[in-house]
Amino acid sequence: MSSHWNLFFRNWVSVLGLAVLVMLCLAALFGPMVAPYDPESIGILSRATPPGAEFWLGTDELGRDVFSRAVSGIRVSLLVGIIAAAASTLLGIVVGSLAGYFGGMIDHALMRLTEVFQVVPQFFLAVVLVAVFSASVFNIIVAIAILTWPVIARLTRSEFLSLKSRQFVDAARLSGASDATVIFREILPNAMGPVIVSGTLLVGRAMLTEAGLSFLGLGDPSRVSLGVMLYQSRPFIQFAWWAALFPGLLIFLAVLSTNLVGDGLNDVINPQVVKER
Amino acid sequence: MAGRLLQAVPLIFVVTTINFILIQTAPGDPIHLLIGEGAASEELIEQTRAEFGLDRPMHVQFFSYIGNVLQLNLGYSLRYREDVFDLIIGRLPASLLLMGTAFIVSSAVGILLGLYAGTRKDSLADRVAVVLSILGYSMPVFFLGLILLTVFSLRLGWFPAQGMYNIRNPQEGWGLVADVAHHLVLPVITYSAFQLALIFRVTRVKMQQVMEEDYITTARAKGILERRVIFRHAVPNTLLPIVTILGLNLEWLLAGSVLTETVFAWPGLGRLMFDAVSARDFPLLMGLFIVISSFVIIVNLFTDVLYRAIDPRVTFT
Repeated sequence: MSSHWNLFFRNWVSVLGLAVLVMLCLAALFGPMVAPYDPESIGILSRATPPGAEFWLGTDELGRDVFSRAVSGIRVSLLVGIIAAAASTLLGIVVGSLAGYFGGMIDHALMRLTEVFQVVPQFFLAVVLVAVFSASVFNIIVAIAILTWPVIARLTRSEFLSLKSRQFVDAARLSGASDATVIFREILPNAMGPVIVSGTLLVGRAMLTEAGLSFLGLGDPSRVSLGVMLYQSRPFIQFAWWAALFPGLLIFLAVLSTNLVGDGLNDVINPQVVKER
Repeated sequence: MAGRLLQAVPLIFVVTTINFILIQTAPGDPIHLLIGEGAASEELIEQTRAEFGLDRPMHVQFFSYIGNVLQLNLGYSLRYREDVFDLIIGRLPASLLLMGTAFIVSSAVGILLGLYAGTRKDSLADRVAVVLSILGYSMPVFFLGLILLTVFSLRLGWFPAQGMYNIRNPQEGWGLVADVAHHLVLPVITYSAFQLALIFRVTRVKMQQVMEEDYITTARAKGILERRVIFRHAVPNTLLPIVTILGLNLEWLLAGSVLTETVFAWPGLGRLMFDAVSARDFPLLMGLFIVISSFVIIVNLFTDVLYRAIDPRVTFT
């Protein structure tokens, strides 16, 4: 009885997370179309207006509509999170599959490389990279992606190590399949489960990293993300708290929902694995 | 064991190399990354150029850079007009105070809550604590900091908003201790949230596992009081993984301290990093990166050694 309640509860929370995530994605897709104002238009007379009928979430210190800015901010933040996580997952899968499948020297070399990337503090290297090579969305995505792939690579490698000696792989090899076919058609599909879970959890972490970079003043000034909004409104928090509260809440919700979805997927895909993150 | 710790040497070498590559590949003259942009005097430029051998071939430059780092010559910060290494050492105590206090608070609260929830699996208290820990885990540090700052400092005026002590009304002796403690409250709560969530999660899961072990059943069968079973037989076995988890997350904990210090203008390394980023003070930023990376590497290896020392079942590979 207890474990049923447990399952139900977990699913219920994950489903809620998924619902929030879908809503955020919809807001990112269609929000800018229904936004009442231009996110960049400055209003001298409407500076720091509290939330109300005219400006739903108020305006910031320059009179820009917080709601309109927030919906385009969600778009940028989600895009950074998803693209960075996807790129990192892809890189990790390639490195992990090659290392796990071929073994030997290739495995050794790739794993040393992975260790190097794992040992360097990612957030700090991202700060240095973005500060040195200018803060653009592209650079931020690249910095996050090249710093987070080692986790995926190690996971993929260990899946490959346990799968490559199975009978179906031998059967494929005996029937004359090439290495590429065995890797991508036979082993990889069976290794994808845990990899997808980790990839989902990377989305939340990537969004947090982007927001953290923005908060240190390393956000792309030409593309307003939620983190950039928070950074810009911070000095005025005493007069216009709403301009900081709503972007902050949205970052929190976005990270929370991806974490919940990731956790839920984890429970479904690896039910026996105890989470020790 | 000493051999394990020696592994830090090649890793720190790698970090220094990354720094060197960054300095070389960055847009613009590498000299700007060593002494910063703007108002540098010609003399200083020439002196640094000679010190780092920027006019010589690449491999010579590389070795002179490594040599300088080994001698703790990390360059000169134009913004502060001070040696980078001295600057970093000067800011270290404030960061250690914040991180240390937060570590003690979050470990104590996290472990106690974890033990409580872990022995009452699926109870209401357990559920509530789990949900709170997921919230704490997803909460951006700087956002939590801003909320606490706005509510408890700017609105209610209960706590100071900035810094480590009252500059206008300096205190001495116990007055200073009280003043610093007062300034410490909000940053510590902010910084502890993530750590607490993490420690709680690990302790709870581990406690649940341990309570199913045979030796717990044996202890109960001997008729030992339940309280004694928990504290004497179960708790010591749950504490080990916490060491590893904190080691693994050290980097994120440090990132959290940078953001916390930025929110509360806490005069530590994190705030220094924020200032370095804002002023594009590259020598300072690069120096901080080398110092922080070395710290992370050494602590990680150290927790590794510690873990193996405590738990003889784990062997070096």
